[in-house]
Amino acid sequence: MARIIVVTSGKGGVGKTTTSAAISMGLAKKGHKTAVIDFDVGLRNLDLIMGCERRVIYDLVNVINKEASLNQALIKDKRCEKLFILPASQTRDKDALHLEGVGRVLEELSKDFDYIVCDSPAGIEKGAHLAMYFADDAFVVTNPEVSSVRDSDRMLGILASKSRRAENNEEPIREYLLLSRYSPERVRLGEMLSVADVQEILSLNLLGVIPESKSVLNASNSGVPVILDDKSDAGHAYADIIDRYLGINKPHRFIEEEKRSLFNKLFRGR
Amino acid sequence: MIQLKTITYNIATDKMSTDSSAVSNQRPAIEFKSSTFAVPALILNSADLKTINTKIIQKIQQAPDFFKNSPILLDIQQLTNEKLELNLSELLKLIRSHTLIPIALRGGDNVQNDIALKSGLFIQPLQTTLDADKSMIQPATPIAAKKSPPPNPAPSPTAALRSPIRAERRAAENAAAHAKIITSPIRSGQRVYSEGDLIIMSQVSAGAEIMAEGNIHVYGSLRGRALAGVLGKLDSRIFCFDCQAELISIAGNYKVKDDLDPVMQHKPVQIYLQNQALIIKEL
Repeated sequence: MARIIVVTSGKGGVGKTTTSAAISMGLAKKGHKTAVIDFDVGLRNLDLIMGCERRVIYDLVNVINKEASLNQALIKDKRCEKLFILPASQTRDKDALHLEGVGRVLEELSKDFDYIVCDSPAGIEKGAHLAMYFADDAFVVTNPEVSSVRDSDRMLGILASKSRRAENNEEPIREYLLLSRYSPERVRLGEMLSVADVQEILSLNLLGVIPESKSVLNASNSGVPVILDDKSDAGHAYADIIDRYLGINKPHRFIEEEKRSLFNKLFRGR
Repeated sequence: MIQLKTITYNIATDKMSTDSSAVSNQRPAIEFKSSTFAVPALILNSADLKTINTKIIQKIQQAPDFFKNSPILLDIQQLTNEKLELNLSELLKLIRSHTLIPIALRGGDNVQNDIALKSGLFIQPLQTTLDADKSMIQPATPIAAKKSPPPNPAPSPTAALRSPIRAERRAAENAAAHAKIITSPIRSGQRVYSEGDLIIMSQVSAGAEIMAEGNIHVYGSLRGRALAGVLGKLDSRIFCFDCQAELISIAGNYKVKDDLDPVMQHKPVQIYLQNQALIIKEL
């Protein structure tokens, strides 16, 4: 049985799709057969970030409507043979999704995958609800600012009350906090909430801090999940997150400001 | 054309036995007890029966099971205000033909009220419409009181049935009967209601709402709204470990964050009512 992970946030633009791409690639590279599903029907993005937009034939809605089989719709990643992408439909909207259909797709995927990563759309409406309904674990992506934190809090409430696990009185969804676009320097200047502030408000298990990084935008634009970028600290942060999720104890990084030597200041600049 | 909203009835009457001849150790033949239930309100903005009919059919198709044999409150105040002619008897027939059970009328004129009473409906006084929209759970919450903070506990739509003293006694009975204990965080947007005391072993996030007919205890940060004694129990108290509340209220007397003394922020406090003033005291 696969473990179903939902990547969610409530608020838009915080890095859900970037995170979905990175962690699905991370899990696959660790040897786990992983599928990543784009639930943002109508605003398909994951295929771009994964760099497979030119290979999309069938999509999630086709599979739900039984117009295509799962094997026809799943796109095998070219860099990692354990990773498969199920894109969203660009020509439909969220109403094309329904609980029974999504349940059927996830059940079928569960049979021969280890992990299924559901990339949730923003908001708390149908698409987001269906993305999280069947989840076992939730990665709540939050930016260190008040509106994102408030929306994450709302999403956590929904995870705790409206998921399949909640409705069947099963063990609740395991919730993890991913703090993205974090800049210790701006925290010091008082422009950003600190890790401690966010954790106090959300009281949630911190899985990792992803620093604000130019490499994320570059990676997205070139269709390479940022975790594959060895030189990027955001990539390292995601690699740590995968290790921690899989039970390897790693100390948190990127929370404190990097100490830069005079040499670095002079020659690397910023 | 038509709108459906849920409102909640809270009917609190004294527990009373009418069978005095019953043997003392036997249960009385009948008992009156308080009970609460939610009723969808059908709000009419059109008096045209044909339009109403099609709209009802559309609505029912969305959730046939929900509406099957559902009680319904008819709200026709809009029509009364606009002096639109409505054939109430025909409307009732129409509603019943859709397996809905009209139980009450709101906002009708005298003639319509008479017809309603004869057809077995009761007349719902108008003032509840104010809070019906905002308060799904409890008509007597201070949301109603907020509009004009009353000197007494929040007025209740079923005031005729319930004096504050009775409500207080009932709340006291309930508090003893069932205190609700919650161990997980109350997140933004969640609402919790306890018919007795409410004990929260975790935090209450900003944008969450906790309500109790009795006392409220929060053993974590309280950042949301806390409303104790919502049925008018004046001696209810709120205890919290770290007070950052958006709003606190006891028996309809409330304060918003702006009115709270900043000195008391982030401190363990208790909040109680004294001469209709909210007292916030460090523990």
